Amino acid sequence: MAKKTNHSEKLSKAEVSHIAKLANLHIDPKRFDELINQFEETVSFVDQLQEVDISNVPSTSQVTGQVNVFREDKIDLSRTLSQKEALRNSPRSHNGYFVVPKILDK
Amino acid sequence: MTILDKSITEIKKHPPQDVIEECYEQIEKWAKKTNAFITLIPKEVSAKKAKSATGPLAGVPFVMKDSYLTSNIRTTAGSSILASYISQYDATVYKKLISAGAILIGKMNMDAWGHGASTENTDFGPAKNPWDLTRVSGGSSGGPAIALATRTAAFAIGEDTGGSIRNPSAWCNLTGLKVTYGRVSRYGCIAYASSLDTVGPMAKTAEDCALVLEHIAGKDQYDATSSEAVVPQYSKELNKPVREVTLGWSDELLVDLDSEIAKPLVAARQKFVELGMKIKKISLPLLKYGVPLYYILAPSETSSNLARYDNVRFGSTRDKFTPESERRIMIGTHALSAGYYDAYYKRAQKIRTLFINNYQKALDQCDAIIMPVNPTIPPKIGELLDKPINNMIADYFTGTINLAGLPSLSLPCGFSKDNLPVGMQLVGQMFSEDLLLRIGHQYQQSTDWHRQKPKI
Repeated sequence: MAKKTNHSEKLSKAEVSHIAKLANLHIDPKRFDELINQFEETVSFVDQLQEVDISNVPSTSQVTGQVNVFREDKIDLSRTLSQKEALRNSPRSHNGYFVVPKILDK
Repeated sequence: MTILDKSITEIKKHPPQDVIEECYEQIEKWAKKTNAFITLIPKEVSAKKAKSATGPLAGVPFVMKDSYLTSNIRTTAGSSILASYISQYDATVYKKLISAGAILIGKMNMDAWGHGASTENTDFGPAKNPWDLTRVSGGSSGGPAIALATRTAAFAIGEDTGGSIRNPSAWCNLTGLKVTYGRVSRYGCIAYASSLDTVGPMAKTAEDCALVLEHIAGKDQYDATSSEAVVPQYSKELNKPVREVTLGWSDELLVDLDSEIAKPLVAARQKFVELGMKIKKISLPLLKYGVPLYYILAPSETSSNLARYDNVRFGSTRDKFTPESERRIMIGTHALSAGYYDAYYKRAQKIRTLFINNYQKALDQCDAIIMPVNPTIPPKIGELLDKPINNMIADYFTGTINLAGLPSLSLPCGFSKDNLPVGMQLVGQMFSEDLLLRIGHQYQQSTDWHRQKPKI
């Protein structure tokens, strides 16, 4: 998708549908108009950020100052789960496996 | 004065069965009215545990925001997606408190996944402010705040990503500590936005927050972002002198600020001067960008964190997210998507660096900064719902602190003309919790705002 220059431009229904698909959300198309308006409101609000000069500024992804936190490469038996425990909250399991939605068609 | 009006140290001197008895009497009086609890531990269970409890917090009743995993009690994060979820392991903070002898009384109402500042975005019904039941408690840790305001527990564990401990603390007249990022392990806390989430105490006083923090802070091998920094004996340092302390004050903060919030804040500044502290004018020119920045980064991180709730390993189907959570997931997904990533997410990460520098510059000139917590008194229930911008503005003074990772202590500092609590926050350098708690404690030694409680 091409980068838009005017961020507060209203999203189209197709774009909302595309975002919902990426987010794995099933949004009722009846709500698209409402969402488009709320999106526009939010996007025009956060667009204030476009006026800040960020040239030569590095990014921050975390604030701990820690680099390369290692642990010993050892199995921690106090943290391993039995198959039964691992599957306990799964709505569908089969022969000790999680059942997942089909991702490939024949 | 009832037992639960007292400090944790004083509460411990009472027979545990009397303490538990009083907890449940208070719950009986308040819980239905305020809708603070998601899961209430049966009285018999708590009483039995209290009887045999040992350790430094033996028999002290506490509550947690329902975002902390407990292997024998359900954890919902305020969402019906996890309505019947029982995790396989315990959060580190819970484990530490239980080993210290504290007694978990309940798991509390919250905005689903931390998405909110009012505890209305919850699938368990809105929580109500005990100071005025027609108003919101604040959020997202609203339930824990209500439990303390109504004296149904001695302390609480909240979680603060953009103000979720400080906001309800201020609106319910409590003391709440947003710790330095990494000070307390996040292991077992259901994530909202991982680079902003912090685990911290809420209590009636800074003294109690100090005591609780001693027991929960420190390195945890299960949270790589937890810090190696030595954990001070916070409760032993509360009476060290504050005379040489310099507090930063920015007149910019008062521009357009509701006078109901501004008046108590100015009075608090005067109090600090009376206590011998110095006031230094500082500037926070980037403050107005805090909320827009927060509302790029937090939704981006939450869109990624909540992707796992897909009805495979746990949870129910994704159509059960509330409209507010759906909006945040959608905005975050948009900000991270191809074609928009550079304009939104990457730009926001750079502005985050400028923010950190901005606070650093201010804190080079003073030891801590005085700021408001909430820009308004608590709104009426329903006023914030489905109004994305209003919801965001509630985080105006708080969300900005999480972006920089700094600690901040929220303290009661007065009341509005309608007798609603007003709070302020003291923001300090990374790992300066000892100083913030000390200033807060000495302020509370000479004021009695924090002793006020709602009448039934």
